[in-house]
Amino acid sequence: MMAKVSKRLRREALAGYLFISPWLLGFSIFSAGAIGASAVISFTEWRLFTPAEFIGLTNYRSLFREPLFWQSLKVTCIYMVTVPLHLVVGLVIALMLNAKIRLMSFFRTLYFLPSVISGVAVALLWVWVFDSTFGIFNVILMEIGIQGPKWLGDKRWVLPALIIMGLWGLGGPMLIYLAGLQAIPTVFYEAATIDGATRWQKFRYITIPGISPVLFFNLIMGIINTFQVFTTVYIMTGGGPNNASLFYVLYIYKTAFKWLRMGYASALAWILFGIILTLVFMVFRFSKYWVYYGGAK
Amino acid sequence: MRGKTKEINWLSRQSIQHKLMKLFIYICLTVGGIIICIPFWWMISTSLKVPGREFVFPPEWIPNPIYWRNYIEGWARTGLDFNRWLGNTVFITGFSMIGTIISVSLVAYGFARLRFPGRDMLFILCLITMMIPQQVTIVPIFILFRWMGWLDTFKPLIIPHYFAAGPIGAFFIFLMRQFYLTIPAELTDAAIIDGCGAFGVFSRIMFPLSKPAVGIMAVFSFMFHWNDFINPLIYLYSYEKYTLALGLRFFQGMVYIRWAQLMAVSLLILLPCVVLFFVAQKYYIQGIVITGVKG
Repeated sequence: MMAKVSKRLRREALAGYLFISPWLLGFSIFSAGAIGASAVISFTEWRLFTPAEFIGLTNYRSLFREPLFWQSLKVTCIYMVTVPLHLVVGLVIALMLNAKIRLMSFFRTLYFLPSVISGVAVALLWVWVFDSTFGIFNVILMEIGIQGPKWLGDKRWVLPALIIMGLWGLGGPMLIYLAGLQAIPTVFYEAATIDGATRWQKFRYITIPGISPVLFFNLIMGIINTFQVFTTVYIMTGGGPNNASLFYVLYIYKTAFKWLRMGYASALAWILFGIILTLVFMVFRFSKYWVYYGGAK
Repeated sequence: MRGKTKEINWLSRQSIQHKLMKLFIYICLTVGGIIICIPFWWMISTSLKVPGREFVFPPEWIPNPIYWRNYIEGWARTGLDFNRWLGNTVFITGFSMIGTIISVSLVAYGFARLRFPGRDMLFILCLITMMIPQQVTIVPIFILFRWMGWLDTFKPLIIPHYFAAGPIGAFFIFLMRQFYLTIPAELTDAAIIDGCGAFGVFSRIMFPLSKPAVGIMAVFSFMFHWNDFINPLIYLYSYEKYTLALGLRFFQGMVYIRWAQLMAVSLLILLPCVVLFFVAQKYYIQGIVITGVKG
């Protein structure tokens, strides 16, 4: 009997490994293996067409003395204002879209639509929207009587332009909020109403704790996404003018595939990895103070 | 008696407040909606202008005359080979989607339904890969494919997806596993008693039942590959191997940018995504909700 059971378990385990084997292989090559390789490469000077040369920590040391590194870090950090911005604006819109009024499904689709489309076509659309003479943005500003800046061509306005563009596509977090709001049992609100709670109290003590896991999710994804900005800046500005929109990933891309400095690019990638891990870890660490999971979890 | 009238008053005040609130929400949503529509409108209206008229100042909100031919001329008569690039994009997107669906379904089933030592540890590893930005691994993977002689072929864009690789693979595994977990065990137990092996259970019961989740995965993976830019940019060099996303950039390189044609072609390229969104809206929204709320 025992032998039979253990034989069945062994067969199940074997089947299990077989089923996950595509991922195991993919993980070992494209994730774990690649990360390991990236670490090794980061200790070398490797210009792709010449043999790699081991140089220890030199890449990391020279990296901190590189103005472009600090510039790209600065640009990415400034752009991080989109994280709280999206959290707040997304929540406000989701709260409004959660009201029970007519036309609501129409509004939801409309607000979500921009985040469905992405990529080069959208980036080019925004180049045209921000065109300093014929772009719709400056035309509208002129109607109000404001002389619009050159947006993508002005090193002071290029980041605000990208932040405005980012607001257009906040449908993703908004939708997740909406789902979170709808998951809060209405009984809570009814009970609070009977107890005479005000609108604000209900929001503060029911809605906020209720959606805190969702808020947490959006925060993490927001941080990760900020560090992934690439296609839009590559197409819209190429990092310019004067490196004013040199996002970190764009800097990695240029280092690796334009200047062919594989070792240096890997070191940059590792710094990025470290920053993201630290931020995500910090958010996780502090999450226990403000994220409430229902009793079931 | 007095208490009753008071209550009625209180109710009506409440309902006025309620109506005002609704009105306020309507106004806000409408204003926001108009703002969201402006870029779309700008795109459509530019695409319908006679080439050259996009540089008329002040710009026309409604093009006059309406010029439909931008869609044909931009696509086929600019010397850019959009038909070929469409073919390439469909090829890459199609085969990547097939790979993703096959590998992710198998792996997610293994994680959801089979017991083996180290399973939970491995699953956590899988979740962690979701957080590793692609850029961290981009250099070694490029070097690997270069060493294999795969540069300037479609292979680096397709083959990894047969191994559920990278953050997207991990994301889909998570999505599918969540779905498999909701299928009642009774369904599979009966089959196991009847002598069905693990693969039989998967192919005859689990996979057919998971159509909604496969639908979500298909929609997301289509959108990803259709719009992907950085990977084709790194791996494809020959003009005739480009994807639509890569080819569209050539408009930018022209002496002066023909915005009317560019917007027309951009709209054509975005169209499949928008149509897919409206057709599969239910799947699409479910996919986002599952990851956000149940994650």
